[in-house]
Amino acid sequence: MTSLPPAIALIGISKAFGPVKANKDVSLTIAAGSIHGIVGENGAGKSTLMSILYGFYEADSGEIRVRGEPRRIRSSSDAIAAGIGMVHQHFMLVEPLSVVENIVLGAEGGALLKGGIAKARVELARLSQEYGLAIDPDAIVGELSVGLQQRVEILKALYRGAEVLILDEPTAVLTPAEADQLFELLRALKAQGKTVILITHKLREIMAVTDRVSVMRRGEMVAHVETNRTSPAELAEAMVGRRVLLRVEKSPRQRGAPVLEAAGLTVIDERGCETLRDASLTLHEGEIVGIAGVAGNGQSELLDVLAGLTQPARGVIRLGGKILNAADRNPANLRRLGLMHIPEDRLRTGLVTAFAAAENAILGYHDDPAFGRGPFLSPTLIEQHARAGMQDYDVRPVDPGLKTAKFSGGNQQKIVLAREIERAPKVLLVGQPTRGVDIGAIEFIHRRLIALRDAGVAILLVSVELEEVMALSDRILALCGGQITGEREATTTDERDLGLLMAGVSERAA
Amino acid sequence: MSAAPIDLPRWADTALVPLVSVAAALVVAGLVVLSIGESPLEATALLLKGSLGSLEGLGFTLYYTTNFIFTGLAVAVAFHAGLFNIGGEGQATIAGIFAAIACLWLAPLPGILLVPLAILAAAAGGALWAFIPGYLQATRGSHVVITTIMFNFIAATLIVYLLVEVMGKTGSMQPETPDFPKQAVLTPIHELLGAFGLKLPSTPLNTSFLLALASLVAVWALIYRSRLGYAIRTVGANPRAAAYAGISPARIIMVAMAISGALAGGLAVNEAMGVQHRLVLDFTAGYGFVGIAVALMGRGHPVGVSLAALLFGVLYQGGAELSFDKPTITRDMVVVIGGIVILFAGALDGLFRRLVATLLSSVARKPA
Repeated sequence: MTSLPPAIALIGISKAFGPVKANKDVSLTIAAGSIHGIVGENGAGKSTLMSILYGFYEADSGEIRVRGEPRRIRSSSDAIAAGIGMVHQHFMLVEPLSVVENIVLGAEGGALLKGGIAKARVELARLSQEYGLAIDPDAIVGELSVGLQQRVEILKALYRGAEVLILDEPTAVLTPAEADQLFELLRALKAQGKTVILITHKLREIMAVTDRVSVMRRGEMVAHVETNRTSPAELAEAMVGRRVLLRVEKSPRQRGAPVLEAAGLTVIDERGCETLRDASLTLHEGEIVGIAGVAGNGQSELLDVLAGLTQPARGVIRLGGKILNAADRNPANLRRLGLMHIPEDRLRTGLVTAFAAAENAILGYHDDPAFGRGPFLSPTLIEQHARAGMQDYDVRPVDPGLKTAKFSGGNQQKIVLAREIERAPKVLLVGQPTRGVDIGAIEFIHRRLIALRDAGVAILLVSVELEEVMALSDRILALCGGQITGEREATTTDERDLGLLMAGVSERAA
Repeated sequence: MSAAPIDLPRWADTALVPLVSVAAALVVAGLVVLSIGESPLEATALLLKGSLGSLEGLGFTLYYTTNFIFTGLAVAVAFHAGLFNIGGEGQATIAGIFAAIACLWLAPLPGILLVPLAILAAAAGGALWAFIPGYLQATRGSHVVITTIMFNFIAATLIVYLLVEVMGKTGSMQPETPDFPKQAVLTPIHELLGAFGLKLPSTPLNTSFLLALASLVAVWALIYRSRLGYAIRTVGANPRAAAYAGISPARIIMVAMAISGALAGGLAVNEAMGVQHRLVLDFTAGYGFVGIAVALMGRGHPVGVSLAALLFGVLYQGGAELSFDKPTITRDMVVVIGGIVILFAGALDGLFRRLVATLLSSVARKPA
């Protein structure tokens, strides 16, 4: 095996999007005929790296070598020509077409379909036999299960002559049984000498199927290890990292009565997957409860369901001791009851970027009589309100008439913060309060949240920054795969402990 | 990659881009005129003289403008909610039927009651015809572009049936209702001003023009000054943020469509109650579709809509005069010119936005 040149070698790849460095001097060698895992939290730069390899982006610097030879890959057709195939997390299939029609798509070989289809049919039969992939070539793709659709994607790549197959979070949409079938297939591919790159943040999969694993954190490669010489705990630690502890001054909590209680919350998405399973939690006055978890493990669903943006399939929510029935659980009513929400995605959810800052300062409160008379709004009153909030929260520039899209990320976040906090919430749901926010603003936002807690507000904090969760929270719940996997007092836990909970390594096994 | 929205200063967005579009349209229209051997300059002069050069021409121009204000506002209100209502024709048709029923059934009422009731009936008819596609979009996901077009056809056949079989004038072969009672007729402007001693030539311009002006102000207040308008704009700009803010996008879609249809009903008020004094077939005459171009050119803002409506009024009236004076420039040729303006101002709007943005940024860079 060592005599073969590596299937892929990435040398010193860097890529920046504006000020954000998505990949910093990343090097990676993938042995031919192996299954190589790449793990890391969301936003660690895995997908960017693979997009560079597949020609979606071009690296700012660095080199790609395929089977030892330097290649320039500027488009996905370059990648396909170099023998690289990719299976995206969201399938690129034409649902009303049949399997064989999808396979030839983009490689029809002439104006008439007949020849290409016939050829593909033969090839498909061969591939199916070789890898033990049972699939009906005339089945309509839209009628196939998700697992089978993924097979079609893999066959599509193989039909185009892929020697290296990239799978981006392939199990995100699969049931555990389907995932096991996928792993069987990957092993069969490996046995035939193909190379597989598996991108995931699920450590179970890495341990189950890969030969080697590389860990990315904040755009950098931090570890390359043989899978059989590592453990989920070690990988979890490498993913999360030992960071310099963020210091936030806070007094001991003055915990009050429970305000928000949720029991047995289960959320089922459109695909029928349980994205949140049987989650129970209680928020007390005057405390910050943090949610630790790798992004995509149910945090967003938890926030949305508590904020009334989605309805749970099962479970009970109590606010101030009173059970909220389905009719009460809408954002407008919850706001009236004192439950405010700083959403995770301020640009898509928390703000209307086409509006002036002043108009966003009343988003969700446009029916408040304080902002006008009768059915009308008063621009003067709205502007005064917005200006006061902007001054109080140090939004720069203090220009209520400026279009919201023109403010920096930190200032946009402060506009949302000012709006929600100034309404004197009883419960505040906070998602990613400092994502894309500069350091000065981070401190400011943290101080505000602590002050709010000291004033007796119950705060639920969701953040991908474990550091932030640990620094701000009084109590921490870990989420993994939509389930709450553990609860810790902030003073009695550390990153290693939480990392294990976040990786779903059960407390019994640890 | 989808094209990123082009950021322009407000003045460039609201004034410069439409002006460039109209200028380009005029150049191309000029070439068309030149190609049939006529002088574009002379044609332009005739067009302007015919539409603005006399009180009579002006009266006709403003009469057309009235129609365009109503249909342009109708499209604009739906735009703000992120909806493309292209059913102005059908909505105006149903509005006409409702207005005719009100005028004929409530004939014994005095004008002071009958006129407002008939106008309300027209608005209700238009609103109903737009509400149904809105309801289907909100609850079933049926796209309003498709359903409003279909509703145009339904309305067009419905009015034929009603005028021929049900509401038609007895003993007449014409597909039209009997004349409305005298007190249901909207006062012509020349009679209104005549009462104050001003002598004006007789034109179709009537008090529905004042209703159109009032609608401009009302739509401005609705969209930019009211709580409902805020909700409408939020849904149009970012439905996710609207849901987060506790605004129901489904409800807003239905409400915005109903308001849009009610405004389209203004076309029926002008045509049936103001000009024809009875309901005739095909009174909508494409005004509903031109309303789309008016709203696009006017950037959905009532001030822009009023200017674009005036421009199309000038084109309609001036074009009619032009084809009268220059037999080589036929009615059809005038339609071509109008079509070019619609094409440039509406469909090719993005083209000039990009051009203007490039020009502006290069100008901005140079002085430094």
